[in-house]
Amino acid sequence: MARLSEDNVRIALEIIGRYPRAKSATIPLLHLAQQQDGFVTNEAMAHIGELVGTTSAEVLGTATFYEMFKFEPVGKYLVNICGTMSCALLGAEALMHHAEHTLGIKAGSTTPDGLFTLEHAECQAACTEAPTLQVNYRYRFRVTNETFDQLIDDLRNGRLGDEIPAHGTVAKIRQRIPADRGVGAVAPEDVTEPPAWMPAPQAQGSTS
Amino acid sequence: MTATDTPTLDDVPEPAPVDPNAVSITINGRAVTARKGDLIITAAENAGDYIPRFCYHERMSSVGMCRMCLVEVDTGRGPQIMPSCMFPVSPDMKVYTDSPVAKAAQEGVIELLLANHPLDCPVCDKGGECPLQDQSFSHGPGESRYVEEKRHYEKPIPISDLVFLDRERCILCDRCTRFADEVAGDALISFTHRGNLTQVNTFPDEPFASYFSGNTVQICPVGALTASPYRFKARPWDLQEAESTCTTCSVGCRTAVQSTRDELVRYQGVDSDPVNWGWLCDKGRFGFESVGSDDRLATPLVLTATGHQPTSWNSAINSTVQLIKDALAAGGPSSIALLGGARGTNEDAFAFARLAHDVIGTPNVSSQLVDGLPVGVLGLPRATIDQAASAKTIILLAPDLKEELPVLYLRLRDAVEKKRSKILEFTSKGSGLTKYAWKTVYYEPGTQADAVTTALADPAIAVQIASGDVVVVAGRANLAESSAPTIAALNVLLGAIPTASVLPALRRGNVVGATQVGIRPGAGGLDSRGILEAAAHGSIECLILLGSDPLSDVPDADLARRALAGARRIIAIDTFVNDSTALAHVVLPAAGYAEKIGTTTNLEGRTTSLAQKITAHGTSRPDWMIAGEIARQLGTDLGFSSVADVTAAIATHVDGYDGVTTNALAAAPNGVIALAPSIDRVNTPTVDLGDRNAYDFRLVVSRKLYDAGVAVAHAPSLAPLAPGVAVFVNPLDVTRIGSSIGAEVTVSSSTGRIVLTLRADASVQRGSAWVPFNQPTSAAGAVKIGDLIDAGASVTDVRIESI
Repeated sequence: MARLSEDNVRIALEIIGRYPRAKSATIPLLHLAQQQDGFVTNEAMAHIGELVGTTSAEVLGTATFYEMFKFEPVGKYLVNICGTMSCALLGAEALMHHAEHTLGIKAGSTTPDGLFTLEHAECQAACTEAPTLQVNYRYRFRVTNETFDQLIDDLRNGRLGDEIPAHGTVAKIRQRIPADRGVGAVAPEDVTEPPAWMPAPQAQGSTS
Repeated sequence: MTATDTPTLDDVPEPAPVDPNAVSITINGRAVTARKGDLIITAAENAGDYIPRFCYHERMSSVGMCRMCLVEVDTGRGPQIMPSCMFPVSPDMKVYTDSPVAKAAQEGVIELLLANHPLDCPVCDKGGECPLQDQSFSHGPGESRYVEEKRHYEKPIPISDLVFLDRERCILCDRCTRFADEVAGDALISFTHRGNLTQVNTFPDEPFASYFSGNTVQICPVGALTASPYRFKARPWDLQEAESTCTTCSVGCRTAVQSTRDELVRYQGVDSDPVNWGWLCDKGRFGFESVGSDDRLATPLVLTATGHQPTSWNSAINSTVQLIKDALAAGGPSSIALLGGARGTNEDAFAFARLAHDVIGTPNVSSQLVDGLPVGVLGLPRATIDQAASAKTIILLAPDLKEELPVLYLRLRDAVEKKRSKILEFTSKGSGLTKYAWKTVYYEPGTQADAVTTALADPAIAVQIASGDVVVVAGRANLAESSAPTIAALNVLLGAIPTASVLPALRRGNVVGATQVGIRPGAGGLDSRGILEAAAHGSIECLILLGSDPLSDVPDADLARRALAGARRIIAIDTFVNDSTALAHVVLPAAGYAEKIGTTTNLEGRTTSLAQKITAHGTSRPDWMIAGEIARQLGTDLGFSSVADVTAAIATHVDGYDGVTTNALAAAPNGVIALAPSIDRVNTPTVDLGDRNAYDFRLVVSRKLYDAGVAVAHAPSLAPLAPGVAVFVNPLDVTRIGSSIGAEVTVSSSTGRIVLTLRADASVQRGSAWVPFNQPTSAAGAVKIGDLIDAGASVTDVRIESI
């Protein structure tokens, strides 16, 4: 908990190395922190500030812009039910009632066993498949009460472990770019000439 | 190139020289010449058309957050609505600041800004001087279509010990957060929860503890930020104001001193282009509390068998004169010495310099307290703050400017951030400017001359120094060293870079002015250390303390104690009873800041006028008046019957001050530069480092902004901010001591032994130990760092042992 673990600090330094300015790594590091603890802790934000050379307040300011960073513990499975137009027309509200009833919680809260958090979501950009929901941002389309119950049952019994990892996991396989494979970050102020692949500008005649 | 108007035949035949930086634009139908690069909002203001604004601030970058400055602009592509703080002028641009379209846009913005603003003006401190209130009247629609519930937040939350934030009033203009990030470099406040619930806030449990936090209160265009020392103290229409100069330190920031019912309630920064750009540090800004302190000395005191007794001015002056006459009879003029004067005005200093040098006839006069540099540094080629902040290379051989001269820190930080200058820092402990420095050379205390020699031989540094002008900021970085190592290093620098100029980083408010107008050793006279040593040996018959407290301020505590015990008679002129004045035979109450007019000279030599805003406390008088009275009773009339007489006498008699007349100062609010050409430059002293024992730590003692000095200790809002005393070592040295962080350790030197809490700080270099100077300690366990320091030694080595 709390600050980034030693292993994650190693990954963090690798991520920072990809950017000409350390500050640019703030958001990837917030993802890393969320992967570690399931949500972004204050201690992790302070640690990220130290790593990228900004104040904790700046990290907080950046992090709180994003809905998908959570600052309080959420369940292992974050269930977002879309309530925007197409889904609303196709029964999202009834689905939400059903979900609340099935899980025994109101939208915006977490089950006592810490397994599920239920949330309203805005458009998930899959209107042809309405109503939709996401579990840890993995889609489920044309959800009915029955498929919802089945989904919860599968998650409870760990049958979707491969497909839906715990909340905070951005990708199951983390891209690693060892130092010797990186192309090297160049700060914008150090760029003196156009990149090699860019064609030389053509001489232009006077336009007036 | 097209002419903007057609010349007639009988018009001037030869064309006027074309100014390449002039841009012809039209504002509200009038032809106006603006400067290339000017923003529309600036060009319009210069032309007399004020465009309303909230977020735009001329000393910070434009962000276009508030949209209040929308105007109608036609650049040839048809009229558009543009935020005038975001666009520079372009040729033949047509700007309409109050066309129907522009007015509709501005009214719409006000209506939106007020959609969530609580309009609690009757209970808001800002009411009456509030840009939102003013511009709602001048540029607003007068009514709102919004009937919905407003956004609610917890009413003011403290974001630091000094500043409260009311998020309901906030219009999210980004001024405070921009200031914290761009100007102060303390980005401890930020916009959080961006979106519908955007708010300014700190990180949890990490307050906005910036030395410059008060500036955010001043620039807040609404009542969202309020400072605890002023909250609910006064209404703007009840305030009276006078422009003056802050004398808390020697930067000399211009301020507006505000009072109500003869009581100081607020200082506001005034934008002085060569000095402070409108900013103040919190110590200066909230220092008014100490002027109004109940502990101020109200009547003269004389020492009797039963301690200090209040007395009348007549009897106090008689006693003072008698003490001086007795001293003259007992030991002659040179047995009398004067210490201090750096806290008052130039007039105060000049009158006392005349009294000491001419009436009494003693050369033993010093405005410093063994904690500065020899007066010879004022004879070196002097740089201005502007020159320092635009020099290619700024060399720091100075104390931590963020702690001692905070607004100078802001100016130099700006020079680095705007890529005008590079900082080459020589220090033995990381400072506030270290993270902005191009190169920081750490030296072991005492060895700075060698460090400078080595650095100058570095090719990269040589190239940088050769690239342009060089300004050296020179001051006493370490009170546990004598001034000798600093002077030796300074001489090496000036020898290698003959064109370099020097900005003396001496600290006390008017130390430069006092020294220049005459509070400095005369021919064959003793400096401050010499005076104290003479007193300790019993050869000072009378010691005059002019607003100085050697027991608190002299680094060598033992020397100060012996000196005050050895001086046969002590006369003190001060605003408070302090450790030193408590021993005086006569204490005369002096008028404080904003209680007297006069002039002051900052570290660049810039002399500005000080305003009186309130009646002097009790029966206290300005120092110059006291000096005149003593002189008269000693048989010499100094001829001063008003401050103007003294100012005129300074202009007549003091080298370099001939331009400092009352008229010249009235005409130049930014002051007149007065240097001291007659002061000889300083010689290279010998530095004796002695033997270095590998088990010892070499001591660094320096000041923090908040300490136990009168300006902080008597200001209830500032006193709790002093961090307290501890000994700091590098984290890697903690195990070497065999103790742990937070434990008590003994710190002993050749002169003394004290017990301090051990702390770790990575800015302290390995092998050295840092202790902040003159921090408040509990009365029972009073700890004097000065017990470790020997003013005669070049450096101080200490042993740190676990108990």
